[in-house]
Amino acid sequence: MSSYDSAIREPLITGHKTYHQITEDLASPTEKAPNAAWIIGFLISVSLLAFGLFCIAWTIWHGIGTWNLNRTIGWGWDITNFVWWIGIGHAGTLISAILLLFRQKWRTGVNRAAEAMTIFAVICAALFPGIHVGRAWVVFYFFPYPNTRGPLWPNFNSPLLWDLFAISTYFTVSLLFWYTGLVPDFATVRDRAKGFRRKIYNFLSFGWTGSAKHWQRWESLSLVLAGIATPLVLSVHTIVSFDFATSVIPGWHTTIFPPYFVAGAIFSGFAMVLTLMLVTRKILNLEDYITIEHIESMNKVILVTGTIVGVAYLTELFIAWYSGYVYEQFAFFNRAMGPYWWSYFGMMFCNVLSPQLFWWKKFRRNIALTFFLSILINIGMWFERFVIIATTLARDYIPSSWSYYSPTWVEIGIFLGTLGLFFTLYLIFTRVAPVVAIAEVKSILKSSGDQYCGPNAIHHHDDHDHSHHDHDVHAHGDDTAALGATTMLADDQGHEESLQLDQNPTAEAIVMDEPETTKEETITRAEVKSDDLKKIEGIGPKIAETLNLAGINTFEELANTSTERLQEILDNAEGNFGGNSPESWARQAKLAAEGRWDDLNDLQEKLDGGKY
Amino acid sequence: MANHKDIVYGIYDDETDLLRAVKVAHDKHIDIMDVYTPFPVHGLDPLLGLSESRLHIAGFVYGMIGTLTAFLGMTWIFTKDWPIIFGGKPHWSFPAFVPIMFELTVLFASIGMVVTFYVINGLGPGVVNPTIDLRLTDDKFCIAFDTHETSKGDAEAFLRSTGASEVHSKTI
Repeated sequence: MSSYDSAIREPLITGHKTYHQITEDLASPTEKAPNAAWIIGFLISVSLLAFGLFCIAWTIWHGIGTWNLNRTIGWGWDITNFVWWIGIGHAGTLISAILLLFRQKWRTGVNRAAEAMTIFAVICAALFPGIHVGRAWVVFYFFPYPNTRGPLWPNFNSPLLWDLFAISTYFTVSLLFWYTGLVPDFATVRDRAKGFRRKIYNFLSFGWTGSAKHWQRWESLSLVLAGIATPLVLSVHTIVSFDFATSVIPGWHTTIFPPYFVAGAIFSGFAMVLTLMLVTRKILNLEDYITIEHIESMNKVILVTGTIVGVAYLTELFIAWYSGYVYEQFAFFNRAMGPYWWSYFGMMFCNVLSPQLFWWKKFRRNIALTFFLSILINIGMWFERFVIIATTLARDYIPSSWSYYSPTWVEIGIFLGTLGLFFTLYLIFTRVAPVVAIAEVKSILKSSGDQYCGPNAIHHHDDHDHSHHDHDVHAHGDDTAALGATTMLADDQGHEESLQLDQNPTAEAIVMDEPETTKEETITRAEVKSDDLKKIEGIGPKIAETLNLAGINTFEELANTSTERLQEILDNAEGNFGGNSPESWARQAKLAAEGRWDDLNDLQEKLDGGKY
Repeated sequence: MANHKDIVYGIYDDETDLLRAVKVAHDKHIDIMDVYTPFPVHGLDPLLGLSESRLHIAGFVYGMIGTLTAFLGMTWIFTKDWPIIFGGKPHWSFPAFVPIMFELTVLFASIGMVVTFYVINGLGPGVVNPTIDLRLTDDKFCIAFDTHETSKGDAEAFLRSTGASEVHSKTI
């Protein structure tokens, strides 16, 4: 399967990694003793978790009366936290499933950690309905099973029961998807381990061998799981929104809820992924695998989903006014101008205004700002759920029941406890499993490693300048596999295979997927010294071919060709290149020929499709 | 283990070398026992004569079982086993069944496919498969021959001529 990658596509793996280096970098965090930052983080998380467990025990022992809920305010921080955690989970499935279907290669850097985050977030979320029912010891009454109570069944028409099915399915599917992805990486860790660790990882890796048939089924399984996880992830928050939308409470009873909740869930989930990944990449030194390009891509998703959420907020206001329904109008007036106005404006500021900064590339690529905004969005999305739940219930139909809800220490404690649980699980995960999917990163190395694409690429396919090769071979250590086999064999005179391969000078250029007919073309290309002209902004593969036919193969030759001559070549060529203007090509090529890639990058930033 | 196999295997340093070698074997009709790689290498399956995985068909069947379980279960419970009136709605309220039918479709399909995947691959908790070379989950690629199918001499000659950086034999 040959696919065309844009020449301006940025590398996703930097640092000229070899396969072995990837294994070293990604597997070693599971092999070293934890550093001080990890231990401190772990102690804080476990303390929060312990306090949370104490508060849960307190709730179960004394009853739900320890929370500040009352006759009309039946949902408070508990359901706010539940929806918030479920929403956070959504980014993991989006990255692993939807981006897999869309063949977005940048998912490989972050999918493992994002999926882990999903699973831990769903565990935190599921806790809340479980204790909110009051008698947590009979929580299994939720499940339909033949029982001695009749048998009495749950109400299958209730969105709360749909939610039970949606969340348990979501948790199970996420866990299976995540673990199946982990199996080959556990095998990698197993094969590096000794003694007792080897036994543990052998158990975890299920005896994985890397056989071709297993990989084929593994890919097939991943693809189908991604295909069914995609509607699943959309269904989960849709059903969560039904908990509200199918009620008759003004402010909840709206048809916009499902898409608005799904967009909000993805929005908050990406914010949490960024919060986690920015810290993880720093502490585990993963900057080569989770690059600025990854961060920028996620910030684009944040910008889009944040704006969708903003549009939904405004639509709600408009519809409240336009419907002429006074109770709906009051609900929204009360949100913005009532006693909880601070949460409404907090939500608007954090969710709608703050992500608008990401329209600017400079901000999308700023790590400190991204981290700060990701925290703001986490807070803002918590406010959103609080606004929907608390402000609505505190002002219901009967003014005599109106009151002001604020949480007790128990409710705050349980929320802190779930934060503790989440981070405890995540920190353990970073010690036990590779945080970045090793096998998947290796599979995109040849297309997205920075020695293969981007301004620092080594043109080992086209460029036959040997001194250039030697330099790189020695500079990047002994594992030269990634730099092209022929180069290595030609260097190593004593190698028994070199003679055999030298008889076939084009061997390195033959890609197995290419049809036989292209072989001849490859030979002619390999014989002349040439550069990848596609690196010049404005030149695509077709124009590059045209220029090659006109005898322009290197950056130097392009730099020495006048604009008029280039225009003439384009005009005479087959195909329509009318929209392409070669005025900047010579200047770009000069920079490329001199190896001034940074200057070329700056120039290309200013150019628009190769035009001034 | 009961069935010991004598194998000859070659280590390749790059997937391009591996693909080229497998293509040669394919053209010359040499029987490869198996190929081991640290990550999925595309283009390998047709050359090895591997038919397309039918896992997705199994997934579809499992999914349909899930849909039917949910649909028939809810129908039976609400019309036969214990009909209850909720808010004056009909006992058999199909639209309200759709969310759970969807969820069980997904649940059955994924659990079924994952279990099938591990069973047909012979993988699972506690399974110990013989290790051919520890580097095969790191950065090396391997073609292995069973000496009962391909003679040791042929296999070694093939591996050496196609650019294997190491050739070994082993009993697994």
